[in-house]
Amino acid sequence: MELFADPGFVSGLARAQFAITVIFHFLFVPLSIGLGLVMALTETRYYKTRDPKDRAATLFWLRIFITTFIIGVATGITMEFSFGTNWANYSRFVGDIFGAPLAAEALLAFFLESVFLGIVIFGRKRISAKLYLISCWLVWFGSALSALWILIANSWMQTPAGYDVLPDGSKAVITDFWGAALNPSTIARYTHTVDSVLILGAFVCMAVGAYYLLRKKNVEFGKQFVKRGLIIGIVTVILMLPFAHMQASVVAEEQPAKLAAMEGQYEDGPADLTIIGFVDEESEEVVGISIPGFTSFLASFDFSTEYPGLNSTAGPIDFSAYPGVKAESYQGGNPPVQLVFQAYHLMIIFYGLMVLWLILAGVLLKGANKGKYSKGLAYLVVFGPLIPFVAIQSGWVVAEVGRQPWVVYNLLLTIDGYSPAVSGIEIIITIALFLVFYLVLFIAWLRLVLGYIKKGPQVSAGDGKDDGPIDLVGSAAVSEGASAAKLKGGE
Amino acid sequence: MFPAELGLHEFLQILWYLLVAILLLGYFILDGFDLGAGILYPFVAKTEEEKAIVRQSVGPLWDGNEVWLLTGGGALFAAFAPAYATSFSGFYLAIMLVLFGLIFRAIAIEYRGTDTKWRKFWDGAFFIGSFLPALLFGAAIGNIIGGIAIGDTLPLTGGPNLGSDYTGGFFALLNPFALLCAVMGLVAFITQGAAWIALKAPLDSVVRTRAIAARSILHIVELVVFVLVSLVAILFVVPTFAPERVAAVFAYVFAGIFIVGWVVTRLFITKGNDLLSFLGVNVGPIALIGITATSLFPYLIPAADNPSGVFTYFLLPGQDVAEKGLTLFNSGGSELALLAMTIITCIGLPLVLIYHVIIYRTFRGRVKVSEIEY
Repeated sequence: MELFADPGFVSGLARAQFAITVIFHFLFVPLSIGLGLVMALTETRYYKTRDPKDRAATLFWLRIFITTFIIGVATGITMEFSFGTNWANYSRFVGDIFGAPLAAEALLAFFLESVFLGIVIFGRKRISAKLYLISCWLVWFGSALSALWILIANSWMQTPAGYDVLPDGSKAVITDFWGAALNPSTIARYTHTVDSVLILGAFVCMAVGAYYLLRKKNVEFGKQFVKRGLIIGIVTVILMLPFAHMQASVVAEEQPAKLAAMEGQYEDGPADLTIIGFVDEESEEVVGISIPGFTSFLASFDFSTEYPGLNSTAGPIDFSAYPGVKAESYQGGNPPVQLVFQAYHLMIIFYGLMVLWLILAGVLLKGANKGKYSKGLAYLVVFGPLIPFVAIQSGWVVAEVGRQPWVVYNLLLTIDGYSPAVSGIEIIITIALFLVFYLVLFIAWLRLVLGYIKKGPQVSAGDGKDDGPIDLVGSAAVSEGASAAKLKGGE
Repeated sequence: MFPAELGLHEFLQILWYLLVAILLLGYFILDGFDLGAGILYPFVAKTEEEKAIVRQSVGPLWDGNEVWLLTGGGALFAAFAPAYATSFSGFYLAIMLVLFGLIFRAIAIEYRGTDTKWRKFWDGAFFIGSFLPALLFGAAIGNIIGGIAIGDTLPLTGGPNLGSDYTGGFFALLNPFALLCAVMGLVAFITQGAAWIALKAPLDSVVRTRAIAARSILHIVELVVFVLVSLVAILFVVPTFAPERVAAVFAYVFAGIFIVGWVVTRLFITKGNDLLSFLGVNVGPIALIGITATSLFPYLIPAADNPSGVFTYFLLPGQDVAEKGLTLFNSGGSELALLAMTIITCIGLPLVLIYHVIIYRTFRGRVKVSEIEY
């Protein structure tokens, strides 16, 4: 069938598949990096105190961390493969620049995190407490480092630098390694993203604590987790202000069409900040409550800075200046406005909610310390992690949808990046499989993690000096079947 | 085909051809034994404790091993993007099967111990997730050695290789030679797995007894399959090679290494030395990757003039179309990109080797039942 080979149709399906798999992947990655910090901090505390309670807490967080981390690792393979499988022409175009950070990510970060994860899971009895602590931090460091490399790659697609496009438009060639790696949006994107995942970790930590307060079970741990989450949360939420400002400035500077879509601004001029509203695309106006010039202020600290509107960024373009762009594929330079607008404002509103929730958690903790607190408040904090979750996903929708119709901004159109060798039918089959398989994984993960949280940290008797038998990944399965044939260990 | 002069750029391209081969070899050797262990899992381990022994033997190690594949893929993308694009999109459904296998296997290994309710599901996922990549690894290599049908709008040297897409369809990938290579790879992986379990299982365990038996039989099967693949290759595949495949003659050297390695390993296996047997079976992967690299050089993906019909292809593999193939020169990255990658590797590879020393030292020796943690 013609349709299944049509570039528009195939690239649309490939986008759908990428969106599904990357969103799923990025449910677990932020949790891993965010909770990784909580885990490493808890382990550090245990290392210092050797208190059985801290040991229970560190094992508790390790379990949740491992269960989550492994899904992030496994679904990350999808992403590395998908450039070649679904975006072959894209890969040919960008390989000279985009491939290096991916290879570096595997070499410098994946090896680090996977090897030391093995030690963290299985090695507690085999190495000293100090080396174990170092391993915990190395796993976390590895995951943060891998985020750096992949965000370098992503940032280059948003704000390409340090390259030349061959005169025949066939591919981009690297001319300046540091220019490409530290392109205009790398640092802003990295700080913005990492801070956002740490906020999520903090909110999960608070939520688990609030759950114990709600259940009146493990109340001491409950208070401890709310407090720990609250501290990390306050620091990271405040840090988000300069990081978000940096990100906004880069978008304003480098991606005018995205900025215009974020605020639904059609005419050139100072950019307003809408609190809530929608874009009426017919009349080219934003209906809602807005603060005049505030987006200009956020991006440049000046209410009157003028930015181009969507009417200016729509194109047409001079194709001789864009050798990688096929004239027949180009249909204007603007992203889907409503989606970008709403996703952006959702993110902003949810940032406000995060501040509110930190205050709620503060009130809850104060009450809990006095032994008197409202259950309703604890309930709210339990559902708190949904807020940064939604903000993170909608932020990425702004970044990725806002870049459309480009896959590499102003260099290559998304529609031209598809794989001619893959038919639409094949992608439909794999989308269906991804949906089923990922649902199974999600259910498996949710059952386990909720089970761990319900069970809570298990304080075992001991003086804390002796690590005792470790039940990190559960020995229930073995002890049930092992009684019959008791075997001696070799060597 | 070959550039007139060999400068720094060409040297780097050749270096990266070797490095990609070495990364794939690293994957074959290291992940080989844990994929093999996963395939043998339902057969050598029956009780919960036996299953736990097998899982424990690969538990701390498999994740780092698998990164060799991700690094290999990343290196292919970075150094030879058109080859990465053509192979990954051309083998789409097969790659997706590998992917689903790797995903489920990863999660099965970590969840199996704790998730008592889904035990059977995770056991199955561990097996199938190990089986699919082990089978398809060889199938992909077989197709590439034989050459695949490639679209004909390929620009010549230095070009972007746009249009060098696979045009043969899914079923042409199931040609006899590729299927034989799939079996070759599969048997090699399982043999490594058997040798590994024999090395790691407690001395007086039933698992070890079964693994030793499997190791002995599989090792013979490996030789039989190797001879069969070699015969088919020499009779039907090598004659289709373009003369540009200048290093193909050295494949015979690696075939010799395979045979010598096999004989020596047989002695170790007969003597029952677990460590030397395990080291010995790894000569197989070395030789097989060596044969692949030499018979392809300077190609990454040779283009074959495949007849379009499945049945005609089943009778005869297509003749190489020398100028359409993706070589390390026409699909290689720019000098600066490869230089940057080389520097990154010089920093990263020593670290990677140190990590491996650390983890293999930490978990040296046989699995102790008292230590089983899942």
